Amino acid sequence: MGDWAGYLTLILMGAWVTVKLTLMGSALALVVAFIAGLGRISRHAWVRWLATAYIEFFRGTSIFVQLFWIYFVLPMTGAELTPMQAGVMALGLNVGAYGAEVVRGAILAVPRDQHEACVAVNLTRFQRMRHVILPQALPLMLPTFGNNAIELLKATSVVSLISLSDMTFQAQVVRSQTGSTLMPFVTILLLYFAMSSALSFGMRRLERRVTRGLDGVR
Amino acid sequence: MEWDWDFAWSIMPTLLAGFRITLIATALGAVVAAVLGLVFAILRRSANRAVARTTGFVVEFIRGTPLLVQLYFIFYVLPDLGLRLPALTAGVIGMGLHYATYAAEVYRGGIEGVPRGQWEAAKATNLTTRQTWLHVVLPQAVPPMIPAMANYLLAMFKETPLLSAITVLELMNQAKSVANSSYRYVEPMTLVGVMFLVVSLISVVALRWLERRYGRISR
Repeated sequence: MGDWAGYLTLILMGAWVTVKLTLMGSALALVVAFIAGLGRISRHAWVRWLATAYIEFFRGTSIFVQLFWIYFVLPMTGAELTPMQAGVMALGLNVGAYGAEVVRGAILAVPRDQHEACVAVNLTRFQRMRHVILPQALPLMLPTFGNNAIELLKATSVVSLISLSDMTFQAQVVRSQTGSTLMPFVTILLLYFAMSSALSFGMRRLERRVTRGLDGVR
Repeated sequence: MEWDWDFAWSIMPTLLAGFRITLIATALGAVVAAVLGLVFAILRRSANRAVARTTGFVVEFIRGTPLLVQLYFIFYVLPDLGLRLPALTAGVIGMGLHYATYAAEVYRGGIEGVPRGQWEAAKATNLTTRQTWLHVVLPQAVPPMIPAMANYLLAMFKETPLLSAITVLELMNQAKSVANSSYRYVEPMTLVGVMFLVVSLISVVALRWLERRYGRISR
């Protein structure tokens, strides 16, 4: 009983790994989502085709399968990855594929006349996106991005299966060392819930900030 | 490392045996999710504030924590509390419980999507509660739910590899054991990926058809 403090420290160290994975995975997912989402509506057919293939591939299999494939099969081709790199890559590419559809949907949801007005005032394609379309599309993306971020946080638990010492992995360590099951698993369930609540709270704040001044426009 | 077709063929029967368990787990999990989801949705609409609030919190909690940890909880913690479940049963309950929270949202969306006027008209024409639900609300609420439910069914199917973590011998676990005994990862892992991909791509086509047929749930 006296060692709980030590075991709790172990779990908190795992929590830090989970936080790092979530942040890095989300950053990669965001970048990938914009690249693939814009690729889906590109002028060039081959770019559209490439983006669609990427999205369908990563949405068609689960993160678990992708992670194992990246971790066990890619090294055979010569690309050696640490568990952390494999984890961030799998998380980012998987959630990025879902995010890409959100980016595409939000851009297409901006009314047509906005696009036409841009053409009328002779903006370049880049200016159109940067100054007119994206500022209006971004608030539409945020709620779904928030959900995607929570899905990503939940998916980080899978990396424990490639022996990355995240929160779930540490709970298993505590379980095998103490034989106690209730304490480690209840602790990490509460920590995961606290993290996902913090994420959804943060995303709601961000949403309010971004939509400020847009009341009445929609 | 090269792709070996002979080896790939030789492990197919093992993988297909695992695939059968994957399908069984998905089907049973879907039934649990559909029933429990309805229970959650009804309790959340309860007139009793305490019941509605508690259900809301439970649903949020389950949605906010990873399925893998929930599976561990059911598989490792419950036996200590005196409830020992076989791995597949634990897995089906875990997946069903997790996806029930998503299904509950679909039920809620479908029911709230029925315009208020329909409820009022049912009341005005003096229908009983039973008649209102059976003849007015459900016929309008169910069709838009179908594509959304099918979507979650597909999501659950893709999540079944998690069951390998609690020793269910489904597709992923069979692939892992083949890989560990033969030291060849390329074929089993790739074949698992291909199998999931093929099923999902076919399902996506079916899903598009369902969406055209029954319409999308408006969010």
